[in-house]
Amino acid sequence: MRGAFINTLSKLAKKNTDIFLLTGDLGYSVIEGFQKDFPRRFFNIGVAEANMAGIAAGLALSGKTVFMYSIVPFVTMRCFEQVRNDICIQNLKVRIIGAGGGLCYGSAGPTHHSIEDISIMRSLPNMTVICPGDPLEAELAVRSSENYPGPVYIRLGKSKESAVHAGIKGFKIGKGILINEGRDVAIIATGNMLHTASQVTKGLVRKGISACLISMHTVKPIDKDIIRSVALKAKAIFTVEEHSVIGGLGSAVSEVLAEEGKEICFMRIGLPDAYTKEIGSQEYLRSRLGLSANDIERRILEVYRKRIKL
Amino acid sequence: MVKKYKEIAKSARSRLIKMHAASGASHIASSLSVTDILVALYFNILRVSPEKPKDKNRDRLILSKGHAASALFTCLAARGFFPQTLLEEYCIDGGRLPGHASINCVPGLEVSTGSLGHGLSIGVGMALAAKYDREKYRVFVVLSDGECQEGAVWEAAMFAGHHKLDNIIAIIDYNKMQALGKSKEILNLEPLAKKWQSFGWAVKETGGHDIEAIIKTLKKVPFAKNKPSVLIAHTTKGKGVSFMENKLLWHYKSPDREQAESALGEIGCL
Repeated sequence: MRGAFINTLSKLAKKNTDIFLLTGDLGYSVIEGFQKDFPRRFFNIGVAEANMAGIAAGLALSGKTVFMYSIVPFVTMRCFEQVRNDICIQNLKVRIIGAGGGLCYGSAGPTHHSIEDISIMRSLPNMTVICPGDPLEAELAVRSSENYPGPVYIRLGKSKESAVHAGIKGFKIGKGILINEGRDVAIIATGNMLHTASQVTKGLVRKGISACLISMHTVKPIDKDIIRSVALKAKAIFTVEEHSVIGGLGSAVSEVLAEEGKEICFMRIGLPDAYTKEIGSQEYLRSRLGLSANDIERRILEVYRKRIKL
Repeated sequence: MVKKYKEIAKSARSRLIKMHAASGASHIASSLSVTDILVALYFNILRVSPEKPKDKNRDRLILSKGHAASALFTCLAARGFFPQTLLEEYCIDGGRLPGHASINCVPGLEVSTGSLGHGLSIGVGMALAAKYDREKYRVFVVLSDGECQEGAVWEAAMFAGHHKLDNIIAIIDYNKMQALGKSKEILNLEPLAKKWQSFGWAVKETGGHDIEAIIKTLKKVPFAKNKPSVLIAHTTKGKGVSFMENKLLWHYKSPDREQAESALGEIGCL
């Protein structure tokens, strides 16, 4: 996804001379091409994310469209008040690009994991929150953000994510994508869990369960229409995300569902409210924390079968 | 000319005293501290025009010590950016002027501030944009001394020094007091000039209530070729009202009617 991000940004920057890229000294083997092609519109701010966010605001106040890049915790939490005061209160065209969403930086440990970022960014007025699910969604999110008003947070994965979409027609920020139709179970996934969710959907279908899959790439504003018109038609609804179950996609969807005033079978599947002590790769951590395709399928089946018996 | 500036400052002080008395808002002493600096800037140094508040080539001023917004509002109004009557809407229910500088609340106000340590980074971003666009405007950032305890100020200072941003000018309202006492006792800033020098800035110092001296110093910026400039302006918190000067209480308290009259009397605006 980082590759999709930088390639798309470079293409946009060729035509749009207002585009700037800032980094907090991260992005080895990612940002070099942009730096070479657009040296006057690239700044390595140094290891100083608060300053980076303030500079981004100053550039945006001067009419620039600014992309600021770092690993998720550093570009969202280290400089949180600058993001809030300088960027969100003033409603500026700054795009916060977080690399390594969720558990991408597996063995690097909890300082480099991001399990709270969607929740935190979602709480900021004016902020749009996008978690692309595959490289194509990442490309389209970056492209769509160019002329989108106000601040945008784009939560990327890392590299070599599998493609889920062969193509996407009419990608729109704030509009979920219906990937698979189904009447029994609805799975709403975001970000780097999309591929796993797609595997789970296929697994359920193989078991004779009609499973619907929605890619909810934009967590804020949440697409209420697709939740009401598609997901609510299923017998049970599940959200899947590589993020704490508190405050992320699961919370955003449950806020919509709770206000429907209907009896709904719903479950959030995400990371527990804990900093993991486990050490290992993203894949290993997912398996230890209940986010492997098998785990997710098992949990969905348990809930669904209970529901059917009722 | 000097007399003119003194009169403007006197009038600005009297207006802000009335604003604080009417609203009960805090930080009157911080506003009195920075008034002369802002008068020097708005009435001489800054290339700004109330007729064209969004002009691309205008100089930018960021009041990073956003809690002194009342001083900024009085100066902007006096300079003609908006009618003086609007000052009556400072910090009152349903009013249009908040206690901290807020973008778009009045013409001429460039950046929202209020949390300390944000303004210099934003100024650096504006200075970079000016360089990229090959525009000649300058960016002035007014900081408080207590604010220089924020790490982000030094992140921005290091960056501006490294990139030789000669189009940014910081002015420090150095009144030696902060929210809970004397800076020297809470977290000493000294040697302040040497700190800025070591970050690659050209430093000058002046009396912060000597408008003529401030103007004279800021007329020639950058202070050195290829360097950002910082003016350390030595000020007195609560300047102009004897019972407010260097008294911590007036970081918080607003004058009652009697105190306001006495303050206005001292300034000579009763």
